[in-house]
Amino acid sequence: MNIDKKLYTLKYSSDTESHLKIPDKEKCRLCVSKNCTYICPAKVYEWNSDRQEIIINYENCLECGACRIACEKKAIDWEYPKGTKGVTFKQG
Amino acid sequence: MLKQENKTDVIVVGAGPAGISCAITIARSGKEVVLIERGLFAGSKNVFGGAIYTQPTKEIFPNFEQEAPVERCTVKHNFAILGEVDSTTISYRKNDNTSYSVIRGKFDRWAAEEARKAGVYLVEETVVRELIKQKNKVIGVKTELEDFYADIVILADGVNSLLAKQVGLRKAIETKDVALSVKEVIKLDKDVINQRFNVKDNEGVITEIFGGSMLGVLGLGFMYTNKESVTIGLGITLNELVDSKISPYEYLENLKQQPSIAPLIEGGELKEYSAHLIPEGGYRKIPKLVDNGVMIVGDAAMLVNNLHWEGTNLAMISGKLAAETAIDALDNNDFSKKMLSLYERKLKESFVLKDMKTYRDLMSVMHSRKMAFLSYYFKKINAFFEMFTSVDSVPKKENFRKFIKSIFTDRSIVELFKDCFAILRLLWSILL
Repeated sequence: MNIDKKLYTLKYSSDTESHLKIPDKEKCRLCVSKNCTYICPAKVYEWNSDRQEIIINYENCLECGACRIACEKKAIDWEYPKGTKGVTFKQG
Repeated sequence: MLKQENKTDVIVVGAGPAGISCAITIARSGKEVVLIERGLFAGSKNVFGGAIYTQPTKEIFPNFEQEAPVERCTVKHNFAILGEVDSTTISYRKNDNTSYSVIRGKFDRWAAEEARKAGVYLVEETVVRELIKQKNKVIGVKTELEDFYADIVILADGVNSLLAKQVGLRKAIETKDVALSVKEVIKLDKDVINQRFNVKDNEGVITEIFGGSMLGVLGLGFMYTNKESVTIGLGITLNELVDSKISPYEYLENLKQQPSIAPLIEGGELKEYSAHLIPEGGYRKIPKLVDNGVMIVGDAAMLVNNLHWEGTNLAMISGKLAAETAIDALDNNDFSKKMLSLYERKLKESFVLKDMKTYRDLMSVMHSRKMAFLSYYFKKINAFFEMFTSVDSVPKKENFRKFIKSIFTDRSIVELFKDCFAILRLLWSILL
């Protein structure tokens, strides 16, 4: 089963603004591993080679915090979504 | 209504097992406590493997077995060691009530409601953005909407605890100190679960999974039976995920297809996928637990005993001990670090820090000997049973000799010696 189908099982309330930000995109261009693109359990981060930047699908975020710790350039500004926003786990 | 607007005795940040246990203990003593939760409801941001433990849970909720929404009472523990194509499972069964599987979205919500009934002011849908400090003392919290003040703030804000970091109680978390866990709750008929796991209604099974898709990486899998669903998941240390360049859900998909796992979940429908970090830094990575006006409990304090799959119990008991300390501090009107360090002493005297200390060397040994303990020996265990069960007209003596010889030829003597040394070192640190 692919990751998109897995994410369909979740209830989200998306904010209009991302709670995940990369203020300095140059850091991503210099990053060799780009580990955010494969460690994220919700595939939030995708490298766009045309635009030479990471696309952040923040609406899919499971709020685990792995990217914040794993990012070797410490490029991600990571905070929790607003109180009424983000993912809701019914099972947990 | 609060006695004073925006000022209370204690603020607890985060309504998980640690925060709820802490808040309810404080409320029961007659003190005023506000519990702030960022999710739509308590439990809505919380994820774990699957079971709560009866004895520690009873310390907070004496009648939970009758009152709480529990799923199945664990009667069987399976330990499944998966090789590349085969597996060996040890199963321990006893019909007692040491633990129960629960759905956090239901259980945490129930527990928070119990806390509310006991007098806790539960504030949901509210994110604490930072702690307010004045003259070296934490005096309150800043939320998106307003500031709240308290004599004591207790951080139960989970593994990421941005707040502990903000006030300098801990350093940035490293990738080797957390595991990323992904899991799926798969819907199956009650009768199908009973049949596949050989249990009756309300009886449950916990399966710990070693190896398989995680051979040679620092990761473990798990399965829990719920009333009408089965949970399957795994946790892999984040540095291993970074190095392997494989997504956590790919590891999980692979695990689900293992021959000893697949039939158990066959035909099931995915109810929910989720992910969460598990603190795995162990004893040496426990943050400073107290400072003026503030204490840290649960996952935020890295209190997880990963070898025994314990976390919620350490969370509940740490929450309770912090609550007892807060009550004493309020009675003495003293919120200094010195006064609150009573919490640290209580933790040290309890099983919580004793167990953390017992396993202080476990993770470093595992990190350094993972190819041995998380791959080579798992494969050898399976190879032994493969040899033992084979019927191939080869004299048994030859098979035994071949197997024993392979232990010494498939791995260098130096490495075997190092493995023995690592085990001795580990046993030494655990037992003495």
